[in-house]
Amino acid sequence: MSSLWLPILLAVPVLGAVVVALLPKGADQVAKQVTLAVSLVVLALTLVMAFQFPSAKGDRFKFAAVYDWIPSFGVHFGVGVDGIALVLIVLSAVLVPIVVLASWHDADGVRTADGTLITPKRSVKTYFSLLLVLEAMMIGVFAATDIFLFYVFFEAMLIPMYFMIGSYGGAQRSYAAVKFLLYSLFGGLLMLVAVIGLYVVAGKSTFMFPELVGAIQDPATQKWLFAGFFIAFAIKAPLWPVHTWLPDAAAQAPAGAAVLLVGVLDKVGTFGMLRFCLELFPDAAKAFTMPIVVLAVISIIYGAIVAIGQSDMKRLIAYTSISHFGFIVMGVFAMSQVAQSGATLYMVNHGFATGALFLAAGFLIARRGSPHIADYGGAQKVTPLLAGFFLIAGLAGLSLPGLSSFVSEFMVMTGTYASKAHGSGALTVAAVVSALAVILAAVYILWMVQRVLNGPTAEPVKAFKDLNVREIVVLAPLVALIIGFGFFPKPLLDVINPAVSQTLVNVKVDNPAIAEKGAGQ
Amino acid sequence: MNDIMQAPTIEYGTLAPMLLVFGAAVLGVLVEAFAPRYLRKVMQVPLTLVSLGGAFALVLVQVIMRGAPTEAVAMGAVAVDGPALFIWGVILVLSFVCVLLVNDEGHFVASAAAVPGSADEEEAEAAGSGHTEIYPLLLFAVGGMMLFPAAHDLLTMFVGLEVMSLPLYLMCGLARRRRLLSQEASMKYFLLGAFSSAFFLYGTAMLYGYAGTVSLPGINKALAGGALLDPLLLIGFAMLGVGLLFKIGAAPFQAWKPDVYQGAPTPITALMASGTLVAAMGAVLRVFWVGLGNLDWNWRPVMWAVAALTMIVGAVLAITQTDIKRMLAYSSIAHAGFLLIGVMATFDKSQQNAGSLSAILFYLLVYSFTTVGAFAIVTMVRDPGGEAGHLSRWAGLGKRSPVLAGVFAFFLLAFAGIPLTSGFFGKYAVFAAALASGSESGDSLGGWMTGLVVLGVVASAVAAFFYVRVIVLMFFSEPAADGPSIAEPSMGTVAVIAVAALVTVGVGLFPQPMLDVAHQAAANLFIR
Repeated sequence: MSSLWLPILLAVPVLGAVVVALLPKGADQVAKQVTLAVSLVVLALTLVMAFQFPSAKGDRFKFAAVYDWIPSFGVHFGVGVDGIALVLIVLSAVLVPIVVLASWHDADGVRTADGTLITPKRSVKTYFSLLLVLEAMMIGVFAATDIFLFYVFFEAMLIPMYFMIGSYGGAQRSYAAVKFLLYSLFGGLLMLVAVIGLYVVAGKSTFMFPELVGAIQDPATQKWLFAGFFIAFAIKAPLWPVHTWLPDAAAQAPAGAAVLLVGVLDKVGTFGMLRFCLELFPDAAKAFTMPIVVLAVISIIYGAIVAIGQSDMKRLIAYTSISHFGFIVMGVFAMSQVAQSGATLYMVNHGFATGALFLAAGFLIARRGSPHIADYGGAQKVTPLLAGFFLIAGLAGLSLPGLSSFVSEFMVMTGTYASKAHGSGALTVAAVVSALAVILAAVYILWMVQRVLNGPTAEPVKAFKDLNVREIVVLAPLVALIIGFGFFPKPLLDVINPAVSQTLVNVKVDNPAIAEKGAGQ
Repeated sequence: MNDIMQAPTIEYGTLAPMLLVFGAAVLGVLVEAFAPRYLRKVMQVPLTLVSLGGAFALVLVQVIMRGAPTEAVAMGAVAVDGPALFIWGVILVLSFVCVLLVNDEGHFVASAAAVPGSADEEEAEAAGSGHTEIYPLLLFAVGGMMLFPAAHDLLTMFVGLEVMSLPLYLMCGLARRRRLLSQEASMKYFLLGAFSSAFFLYGTAMLYGYAGTVSLPGINKALAGGALLDPLLLIGFAMLGVGLLFKIGAAPFQAWKPDVYQGAPTPITALMASGTLVAAMGAVLRVFWVGLGNLDWNWRPVMWAVAALTMIVGAVLAITQTDIKRMLAYSSIAHAGFLLIGVMATFDKSQQNAGSLSAILFYLLVYSFTTVGAFAIVTMVRDPGGEAGHLSRWAGLGKRSPVLAGVFAFFLLAFAGIPLTSGFFGKYAVFAAALASGSESGDSLGGWMTGLVVLGVVASAVAAFFYVRVIVLMFFSEPAADGPSIAEPSMGTVAVIAVAALVTVGVGLFPQPMLDVAHQAAANLFIR
């Protein structure tokens, strides 16, 4: 029995992209409106699907659909969602219309408040059709239950992002785009070897994920295949020391593309670790836990310290994300229910918080034409609304209690602290060290806020106009989500928790939460 | 003594596609000899197209009506088996497509005998003369390409090799623009090609000395019982290998490729990059799998090194190229390396071997179509002095003509093996076959195959860099003020690009039908 939900969800943006691409020249306004409409339809479908999720049929993967694609290779068009995939698809579907609105004028040629042109006019319909293609691929990559299909989306989604950075980005765009593509492609190709190796060694003539769980028993083989997958995901996430492409790509990409890059595309890396590295190769994952947690802690601290030193707003935000991804990876590999649920929640919350921060910074940059923090000052007096949104997004970035990131960061840290998965107290130490980043986060965020918003108003800043309606519509939902999930994360956690429990069962970790539930019945 | 010469039995029906092509080539020569100049082109083009199309139809008829023969024909000289028929089909379609490119005035010299830059040349150009000999020459080359991979003994193979190569040497020197470069390419190709032919022939002689026969299964039979360290065998095998590897442009015998690809008229380059590669890979497979099948523990390590070197040389040297055709030449070298990985993916069981074979056939198909499409686009980007070869001239092409640049970018992504293009599945199929072969218990190379595949993906990543560099140039750079013009394409060129793009997209999205065809072609392996 196949559900049509996910195939439709994939088809709608693809069809939308084709329509937008085929529009006649000069129909820029129509292109934007069609894109917005399509992305809103996708959002609506996703939300309906999300509300039906708890009651939907299927043990682990709901809304499952499996069709043969390439029988010779054992490849299926297999899609389905568990709680983890669902929240990430919702994240993507929420962010895309927001990004469409935020990028409304990005390809028209952006002028600063004093009228200088910072990016020239470029093809509008290409930009928006790329955006829709990217949306389809983002949904596909999280929904794929066939590992080959996952790989196809994983690699193919690089291409639209590559063109969005390369054709629509800042001054260094072509360097940043190539660096982004080559890093990701290299990791992806290593993963391809591991994907083929998994197929060959498992000898099941299928790429369907559920059938491959537990198929590889030999520990040495597990380690090699794990490494192939993990390197690809570590580059994508990105983890120190393979993170250097992210600040370049995020700083050069237009703000909207940067939101999707950091908010969604990078989550594919951490999602992949949780779904594939852990469940397919549980023994290897346990064997490599400590080295990976060490890398994660380095990322947390390193990203935070380097962020403090940045003079470019977008690079600063990118480095804070590297720090946050460190938390997510640490949570994933802490192998406890709380930490992994926290990490999954973090993926979603980070998408909203960083998205809001990138967009608010993008609005500032569009007014001034410079990403350098030193070029601002005193914006609060001129543009109080923009400053307010910027401040809230920033505070979410430093995980202030009451805002959504706090819940997830707290869960990751306590989960890691209490995790007995690795026997010794090593994870406890990691949690304690990573807590330092909370202080560092206050430094990088508040110092940026202080330099940009407070102090004497810089001369060019005086010409700024406050947010217009479109920009408010962009930022308001994100801030609402940040605050809402800060106080009431339960709806998300209710969806995430069962999926994480299932993961832990497949990883064969003694799960206190499941034991408790069992005892209660 | 009553020695009666027995007339050889020739299965005309089975050989019909090849005979049709050769017959049309001979007719073409007669047309050149007797038809008046103004009629020649009018007669040659339909003759060529009809014969290639007809030959393709004959291949189809044969496959559908009778299936592939299981015995070698023409007294054991030619093996028209499944893989050979598949390769014939591919070569015929490719050459048909290349003829559509040839049928485009601007590419060929008006009078090859006139000294470049001389008054004679100007006169010939003014008179509008041309060389319609191109068409019969091309048909002979195609006939050779068909014989080469279908030959069942080494001498027939040699004949096929020469019939294929000699017209190509000549055609390489017939470019209309930059004639000295073209003539230099022709000369180089001829000299090096003659060398490699000599190696091939010498190797054949040595193997005859070892096995007492030149028939491929005969040699294999001799290997099954004979000494495997006989110097005659080893020298013969090495020499034969040199001759064959030269033709596919594997390192360290790749030096001719960039020069020849650059100098030759682009339609001929397209034919060489697709048809010749396909034919030569077929011959490599037949020699190593059929003729030297029992020696595989001996040649596979050598092939390992050659494949590794070929991928590295192709991928790394391509980065430094500044000419689009040279870059595509190095890319073709790298792809030859990927194909050699497939050649090494041999198993003990024939069923699995069929899997590897179908992977290689599939790869050949998808790669050659994309290649022809890419070269067709190269013919369209023109400077006043001919094609705009230098990469810097391609800057900003995406702004001038977004569709053309978009299609070219798509072909490049297919070369790089990005998913949802045909190139990805080709690469996937070959890598999967190699990994499966290495994981077979008792495989002599074992983990080395995995190493080679890892090397292959690293080479792919390096190769991706230079493909992407062209995309960067086309889309992310500002166009030069005096940029190249885009030639108004002929119907033929449009058709070529359309077919190539269609195959690249179609197979990229739904590879299964093509895989089925390749699988059926490979199911019974080669005739032994």
